[in-house]
Amino acid sequence: MPQSSPTIPKFPALPAVAMRALPLAPLSISMTAYARRVAKSHPGLFRRLGVHDHARFVLDPTDLPFVICLEPNGGTPRVQVMRGPGEGAARIAGPLAALLGLVHGAFDGDALFFSRDLVIEGDTAAALALRNAVDDAELDLSQEIAAMSGPLAAPIKRLIGFAERRTGVSLTRPEEVGAW
Amino acid sequence: MQLTVGPNQFFWDTERWAALYDELATAPVDRVVLGELVCSKRLPFFQDRIPQAISTLAEAGKTVVLTSLALVTLKRERKLTAALPEMGVEVEVNDLTTLAYLPEGTPFSVGPLVNVYNESTLAWLAGRGATRICLPPELPLASVRILAAAGADLGVAIEVWGHGRVPLAISGRCYHARMHGRTKDNCQFACEDDPDGLDVRTMDDQPFLAMNGVQTLSDSYVSCVHQTQALADAGVAALRLSPQSTGFAKICGLYRQLLVGTGDATSVAAAICGMDENTRLSDGFLTGARGVDWSGTA
Amino acid sequence: MVMEIVCPAGTPAALRAAVKAGAHTIYCGFADETNARNFPGLNFDRTEMREGIAFAHFHGAKVLVAINTFPRAGDEAIWHRAVGDAESCGADAVILADIGLLDHAARSHPGLRRHVSVQAAAANADMINLYAVEFGIRRVVLPRVLSVPEIAAINAETEVETEVFVFGGLCVMAEGRCSLSSYATGQSPNMNGACSPAEHVEYNDQAGVLSARLGGFTIHRAAPGESAPYPTLCKGCFSAGDKSGHLFEDPVSLNAEHLIPQLQKAGVTALKIEGRQRSRSYVAQVVRNFRAAVDAADAGLPMPEGMMAQLSEGQSSTAGAYRKTWR
Repeated sequence: MPQSSPTIPKFPALPAVAMRALPLAPLSISMTAYARRVAKSHPGLFRRLGVHDHARFVLDPTDLPFVICLEPNGGTPRVQVMRGPGEGAARIAGPLAALLGLVHGAFDGDALFFSRDLVIEGDTAAALALRNAVDDAELDLSQEIAAMSGPLAAPIKRLIGFAERRTGVSLTRPEEVGAW
Repeated sequence: MQLTVGPNQFFWDTERWAALYDELATAPVDRVVLGELVCSKRLPFFQDRIPQAISTLAEAGKTVVLTSLALVTLKRERKLTAALPEMGVEVEVNDLTTLAYLPEGTPFSVGPLVNVYNESTLAWLAGRGATRICLPPELPLASVRILAAAGADLGVAIEVWGHGRVPLAISGRCYHARMHGRTKDNCQFACEDDPDGLDVRTMDDQPFLAMNGVQTLSDSYVSCVHQTQALADAGVAALRLSPQSTGFAKICGLYRQLLVGTGDATSVAAAICGMDENTRLSDGFLTGARGVDWSGTA
Repeated sequence: MVMEIVCPAGTPAALRAAVKAGAHTIYCGFADETNARNFPGLNFDRTEMREGIAFAHFHGAKVLVAINTFPRAGDEAIWHRAVGDAESCGADAVILADIGLLDHAARSHPGLRRHVSVQAAAANADMINLYAVEFGIRRVVLPRVLSVPEIAAINAETEVETEVFVFGGLCVMAEGRCSLSSYATGQSPNMNGACSPAEHVEYNDQAGVLSARLGGFTIHRAAPGESAPYPTLCKGCFSAGDKSGHLFEDPVSLNAEHLIPQLQKAGVTALKIEGRQRSRSYVAQVVRNFRAAVDAADAGLPMPEGMMAQLSEGQSSTAGAYRKTWR
């Protein structure tokens, strides 16, 4: 059996169970606000989606009891956090840490896919477009969230902070060490 | 339109090889391209018979053309390529290496394995002496129309893949040898048992490809019966028929009937399929969404 | 002389990552059918190209623009525009495959350096020298069908620089001469810049068994825990006669890291890394590794141990045709 590459931390089961009681509506609203913020600061991300910029994506952190449905909606994104499998053109499933690592450019999507840490279902082209667009955007969740203020930021900050502490995955874009 | 017989793509024993060209002498075809296209290791088995085949066909009034190899890498293969123009017949270039050995101004033809996708490439080859070009089989009808018109302006006859398992890829690696656990250099001619290539099936046991040494072909036999009129209207000069181990002369006859109007597309397709129940046809490269598609009902 | 590392960038972010990781040269393409990695969400618009090239030049790196599909009859202007725009964006060279386009570039952009793409399958010195005489090409990317001694023999017979693939996805067929994808999906590397395209891929997970179909043909099944290659036709699973398995090639990727000293001795100018479809994280890791390797080779030091297996398809690698037994 091939080794998992790189080692992806799993979200611990106990807190994941506790999260089942988490109210999802505020999280959906907050994440929509967050996604719109990203849309504003990274318009290129949505341009890169090309013909897939109205597709509905299901992001499924397999170690958490909910899925995140993302609709880029041509640059005015909507996010819905829900229990159950969710419905969309493409589904990208994997441990939360893998999904976050992809966003930060800490992991390579193909490598995660080859090792089956990441599963893609449905419209593979849409999923690829999203992955490539996100990879180019060089997002830094911590920075984006720190810049958010008001009550909408609180639920995300709590979730991300929690994830960071429990999984040990850095949610800040790793510095590129280069031969400068 | 004319009918051209392409080079035999498979490895046949010498007698079967020679018998094909004896048979073609009386078949209703205009041009015959012969020689080794796929693998230089096969050539010694029938090389000595080539002059006889050339003269038999020429005496029968056919235009005879000698093909180059499809992929030239080894020193021995470059020498073979250099010797082609010395055979005294027209050369069909299936690898651009051949151009380096054709004396400037020598007329030549271009086979389907050279990438001629557009007018500029066609014009450049015409400038070098190309008088006939068989287009790459994956080209859609829309491109064929444009290139046939460009060819007419430049005095280059345009040919289109008309019938046969279509070459999809060529490699440095021999898949027949690999399958038998051998390397290419020690292949022991593993491909000789499959006179029409070895069927390759998917994991659902669906017929898909055919293995032929270093070459990979389609499982389906490409047939342009349903596009023949459109090709003629576009000004295409000839259809290329690719030899197969059984009933090939009959197939040549069927396409001739189609061209002269004594047979229609549906009945010709049915007759071809009727010769072997395992024959599947396709014409998707010309008019379908993908190469494997077939516009007929059978 | 240190061998040149030529590395891929599918996005401006990957280009910057590659430059920072020490790449000497980056290759990339416009976001359309003019390049052979025309994948969703990838490649550069004109502004991104201009800015990317400026960034690379500022840091002393070069940028090559791949315009290496075969122009469609009736629409050649799209490809001609790409060559003109590459020049005006400041590209150090264009990588071309089509004879007609090479001819156009030689006539209309004589000052723009021309490289012959691997898609042209120029596999011997005769053909390479023909391209040099006819189109003034300065470098050829050699097809992945040659052994190291054959590459050395080519270099002995030509003045044209040679560039060879050392890492990444591996075509087992002669590039630019393969219609497998076109046959199964209608999308062709030569015409559309896409091989086994994602929109024709279907994955189906049944109780942990992951089936992959391309254009409706099932070409791979991975048992639970088995690694899952992307369903590229030439690396699919098939049956023929009484055999079944990866009849053309295993889902491996090329890693010729250990052959760098031999390739240098064979007269190779540049080492190319495949993977414009891979992430900036992949690009940075691979570039760092290969930069260290060529620097070591130049200093006569042993090759550093590779750490790149995890980035490889199927997580195993091959030296490909560079070793003759591969054939």
